[in-house]
Amino acid sequence: MTQGLAIRWLRRVPAYAVLTLCAAVLMFPLYVTLANSLHPIAEFLQNPPPSLWPSHPQWDNYFAGGEEGGGTGGPGVTRYLFNSITVATIITLGQLVTSTLAAYAFAFLRFPGRVVLFAIFLATMMVPLEVAVIPNFQTIQWLHWTDSYQGLVAPFLATGFGTFLLRQFFLTIPTELKDAAEMDGYGDYRFLIHVAVPLARSALATLAIFAFLQAWNQYLWPLLVTNDPDMRTVQIGIGAETQQPFRINIAFANTIIAFAPMVLLVVAFQRYLVRGLFGGSVKG
Amino acid sequence: VSAPAAAKGFVLPKGARQLLRALPFLAPSIVLFGTFVFYPLAKSVYLGFYIENPFRTRQIYVGFDQYGDVLASSEFISSLLVTATFTLYTVVPALVIATFLAVIANQKLAGIAVFRTIFAAPLAASVAITAVFWLVLLHPTIGILNEAIENLGLARVDWLNDGGWAVAEHGGIGKLTSWISDPNWALLSVSMATVWMNIGLFTVILLAGLQTIPNELYESARVDGAGRWAQFWHVTLPMLSPTLFFASVVGVIFAFQAFGQVDIMTGGGPVDATNVVIYSIYQEAFENFRYGAASVQAIALFVIMLGLTLLQFRLVRGRIFYR
Repeated sequence: MTQGLAIRWLRRVPAYAVLTLCAAVLMFPLYVTLANSLHPIAEFLQNPPPSLWPSHPQWDNYFAGGEEGGGTGGPGVTRYLFNSITVATIITLGQLVTSTLAAYAFAFLRFPGRVVLFAIFLATMMVPLEVAVIPNFQTIQWLHWTDSYQGLVAPFLATGFGTFLLRQFFLTIPTELKDAAEMDGYGDYRFLIHVAVPLARSALATLAIFAFLQAWNQYLWPLLVTNDPDMRTVQIGIGAETQQPFRINIAFANTIIAFAPMVLLVVAFQRYLVRGLFGGSVKG
Repeated sequence: VSAPAAAKGFVLPKGARQLLRALPFLAPSIVLFGTFVFYPLAKSVYLGFYIENPFRTRQIYVGFDQYGDVLASSEFISSLLVTATFTLYTVVPALVIATFLAVIANQKLAGIAVFRTIFAAPLAASVAITAVFWLVLLHPTIGILNEAIENLGLARVDWLNDGGWAVAEHGGIGKLTSWISDPNWALLSVSMATVWMNIGLFTVILLAGLQTIPNELYESARVDGAGRWAQFWHVTLPMLSPTLFFASVVGVIFAFQAFGQVDIMTGGGPVDATNVVIYSIYQEAFENFRYGAASVQAIALFVIMLGLTLLQFRLVRGRIFYR
């Protein structure tokens, strides 16, 4: 019995070895960044490059980013993180509200032009931000919204993907439930808030994680609409910091700081992510 | 709803009442889409009809002439060639690697969830973060990949600053052969980073695809004496092909949208070796301030991506049907 168990485990050793090797290769760039983020800056200014094992890890690098200025003209990673969290949260909440409302109309209400309008909503998924970026930039300039949270979030508050995702879910709610609620005197808003939204929790979670991840990881738009270092998101802040050779170790530390929360998010909500990937297209 | 209005002897037509009821739900999205999706699309077409001086103080109407000039220009064709190469470099290797990872992560083993999570982790990385991870490996002075290459007795590679065929002066057939003999290392560098990022996404997509393959197919294949390799070729691959196709279209769309990794790693250079279409639009619009010429490229990109997205939709719909 025990011998059989041992043999079964032995036969699995090659499988685990291959898995571990693959995991190690895939995580190698992350590891090197982590190792480099713990070296003192002097190690980067000499040849050969810093070793893969920081013998005297300099944890200060992880706290240097919060210092005002830090001699770089930038406000540091604390401010960048604050901006990113603010922007991603507003975009996520905005998308949840606008697409819940629109999906309700498409799923539960009858009105002329419904099919055409829904097709138009879907068509928005085919226009990536990159294509519309020049006029959008002009619009934000015209509104005097450059270097503001409004400017960073405005183009992303509505989503065809989210509307589609939630409408598909709402359609699975039995019409008898809606009829019964109407008999009880539930109006549109009461039914939406007290019945439809609580039932759609998992669809809403899928949309929320997509919206947050996309908003957090944006690069082109925040690069265009922010000039003031105080308004930079963490992605733009990191990009700018890598151009400064005398702070490169802190740039690496900040990269790890920006990556860690997203890894936790992806790990925690992996099943919602998979559901969303097949529910519609993903925008970069 | 209509009772009080009817009592007053004034009744809106049914359609109008329905619209009034639906409008508050739809208005926020309609206003936002109008402002930030449809208006800019029309405006881009319009901007393409005008050329302007560098300070944008004067615009001259040139109609479709600018469309012809820009789309036929060697710069635009070169950026399309770079984008196409980048697409090939990023989608194919990422698909092959992700298929392997998904298959080995689909085994029934204790602790397999840990490996699935690690393989999916690059999904969490933004383009900026990915660019930094690879900058660490490829950097001219601190990059450790060159150290490893030197230790193996090979020549160092000037990763981010060697444009290879893209900057060499080759004409006609010479350009084609140099595509292999004179590698564009800068584009390969940006591609390696992008492949790493795509691996996470593709592995997640392919794992979901693998899990829909019925176990009975493998059992009957085993009964027929198929080994692991034969099972992979005759069961896994055919059953996974719709998912592989879906993932590849997603990858192509991502490749056409690539910007951040280029901006951080190479800045489109050396010369134009990594000047993908989006980067070219960015430079034309926000560095040269030629909105018209940039808009023409944006419209061309839109048409290309529209075709790709329609293809992707057909695939998603297909999946939903047979699941």
